[in-house]
Amino acid sequence: DTSLAEVNSFSPSMPISPSSMINQYKFEDEPELRDLFITVDDPESHITAIETFITYRVVTKTSRGEFDSSEYEVRRRYQDFLWLKSKLEEAHPTLIIPPLPEKFIMKGMVERFSDEFIETRRKALHKFLNRIADHPTLTFNEDFKIFLTAQAWELSSHKKQGPSLLSRMGQTVRAVASSVRGGVKNRPEMFTEMNDYMETFSQKISVLDKIAHRIYKEEREYLNEMKEYGPIYTLWSASEEDIADSLKGVASCIDKCCKATEKRMAGLSENLLPILHEYVLYSEILMGVLKRRDQIQGELDSKVDALANKKTEKDLFSEEIGKLEDKVECANNALKADWDRWKQNMQCDMRSAFTNVAENNLHYYEE
Amino acid sequence: VLSFRAVESQSEGQCAPVDSLWRRYSEFELLRNYLSVTYPHIVVPPLPEKRADFVWHKLSADNMDPDFVERRRIGLENFLLRVASHPVLCEDKIFYSFLMQEGGWKEMVNETGFQLKADSRLKALNATFRVKNPDKRFTELKHYSDELQSVISHLLRVRARVADRLYGVYKVHGNYGRVFSEWSAIEKEMGDGLQSAGHHMDVYAASIDDILEEEEHYADQLKEYLFYAEALRAVCRKHELMQYDLEMAAQDLTSKKQQCEELATGTVRTFSLKGMTSKLFGQETTEQREAKIKVLEEQIQEGEEQLKSKNLEGRDFVKSAWADIERFKEQKNHDLKEALISYAVMQISMCKKGIQVWTNAKECFSKM
Repeated sequence: DTSLAEVNSFSPSMPISPSSMINQYKFEDEPELRDLFITVDDPESHITAIETFITYRVVTKTSRGEFDSSEYEVRRRYQDFLWLKSKLEEAHPTLIIPPLPEKFIMKGMVERFSDEFIETRRKALHKFLNRIADHPTLTFNEDFKIFLTAQAWELSSHKKQGPSLLSRMGQTVRAVASSVRGGVKNRPEMFTEMNDYMETFSQKISVLDKIAHRIYKEEREYLNEMKEYGPIYTLWSASEEDIADSLKGVASCIDKCCKATEKRMAGLSENLLPILHEYVLYSEILMGVLKRRDQIQGELDSKVDALANKKTEKDLFSEEIGKLEDKVECANNALKADWDRWKQNMQCDMRSAFTNVAENNLHYYEE
Repeated sequence: VLSFRAVESQSEGQCAPVDSLWRRYSEFELLRNYLSVTYPHIVVPPLPEKRADFVWHKLSADNMDPDFVERRRIGLENFLLRVASHPVLCEDKIFYSFLMQEGGWKEMVNETGFQLKADSRLKALNATFRVKNPDKRFTELKHYSDELQSVISHLLRVRARVADRLYGVYKVHGNYGRVFSEWSAIEKEMGDGLQSAGHHMDVYAASIDDILEEEEHYADQLKEYLFYAEALRAVCRKHELMQYDLEMAAQDLTSKKQQCEELATGTVRTFSLKGMTSKLFGQETTEQREAKIKVLEEQIQEGEEQLKSKNLEGRDFVKSAWADIERFKEQKNHDLKEALISYAVMQISMCKKGIQVWTNAKECFSKM
């Protein structure tokens, strides 16, 4: 029973005091307190008769007791990451599961297997696993452990276990049916606030993402023109005597400006752009989590309503309702705690991303 | 000259109605044409451009745009300064009365009849004249002026594109300001940092306007030398034409002398239609022949005098042209160096502004 596991590792009455928040923040930042280190690298192309796909090497180093070994190296493909994400969502419907990079990127017209695309995806996958590792609950998830440690054949056989697709679909349908009203009616104020916040936040973050991309594009255009600009001074210096050196000087300065611009652009693409993109995806995820919470609440509400009409079967219902009430309470608490954690992370990420941008600009102008 | 210049620039600076501005510019053109024709051996200072060229997108290509009008005013003032500080041109009376005389100046210029002196052949810019003994120095100089024209116009074009792109980079940052402000409304702890950072982004975006306006001065300085290159080329062309005329005159003289000799000795060294017809239809009478010889001898004498004076003219031209060219070279090197230095200073100042803004922004971000 996964909801029980949540109660154990996460006390609902944990005080959210400033000092405890700082401790949470530090836990993620202090590498010494970490006991699970994961890297994703070395993309390799595999060609079979049916398809071509890329696998990534996932290296895990750990000092945890529940792991048989202290080091693991496995190869995973994108599909495997998708599987892991869906298992985590299933097990923890109201926890904030980190986003995965998208399947395709339409707007950039980037080829599916271009080096740039593969590298961007690799970095995002690396982030994804590390975010899970840093999460106080998700890090102990069994499927996560299997993902990190199992050999390819072990993983595929494990994937085949568990409820079949059909039965899982049945569960979803029943859950949706019983909560058609969505549980909005009795929604605690806190979650309405969260919803409102997320609506605005996702708007703003998506605009920021566009702005940052636009800046990157303008910088690239600027760089292209500058690359043509410098050599003209060199060409001119060939016709001159007295001022030839001055002209060559200007040409070399422009060349330095080009290099500085390239650095600045690299800073954007390595830091700000991936973070903003990640939080655009996070916005969708959070809206989904809030919906799921509402659904769980909805299940409870519809049962309570049904009870109001059938006073005779009170006992049967009350046990079921009791279970649902627990479920709702756990879901709410899990979400609340995870939300606070997410907000802290978000603040930290944004602060460091934008500070990094400012620093890159300073370096640029200094050079 | 200084005091008169002040008067003139004042009347230039007045907000004259559109019509009179155009007349003024055309009067400047008239003055310059007069100077070019009257002093063909001088590299005459150029006028600022008639139409806005090499504009980057925000800058208006409209001739009535106040910024353009102002820059043109400065260009015209600069033209007058250049003429006034030229050792030869500053003495010219027409120039003097341009500065002093309000009415009737146009008529005065036209009365000089300088248009008659203007060689219409010079207007055909690309026509080539086959000069047998070109002066190597002038050929090299013409080549240089072509290169200078080509490289500066390329430079100005690309600079305008660079300015355009830089404008884009700065202005998009302004969008951060708006979004940060809206975002800060829903944040508790991050709100202040975001809001103040947004303000700095607005400052950053706004700063590009002044930066690029200053850069226009640099572009104008380069433009002056773009047009100077044309003036330089014009001197070379005039020399080329002179040389061509000289060679034609010498050629003509030689052939006349030859004709004379043939008539005198009765030998026909070269084939001529006349010779053929006279053989076919009989010789001329002695009187006819002697009359012809006399005419030719007169022409030859005239021709020799003309050739002498043309040679003299040519040598004088080369001497004084070359003196002015040396003067021009020094001026050019000095001015361009100054322009490059001030360009570098502008870039440094732009970077300093950037450092200031981003230092402030960084502080705000780190407080988020």
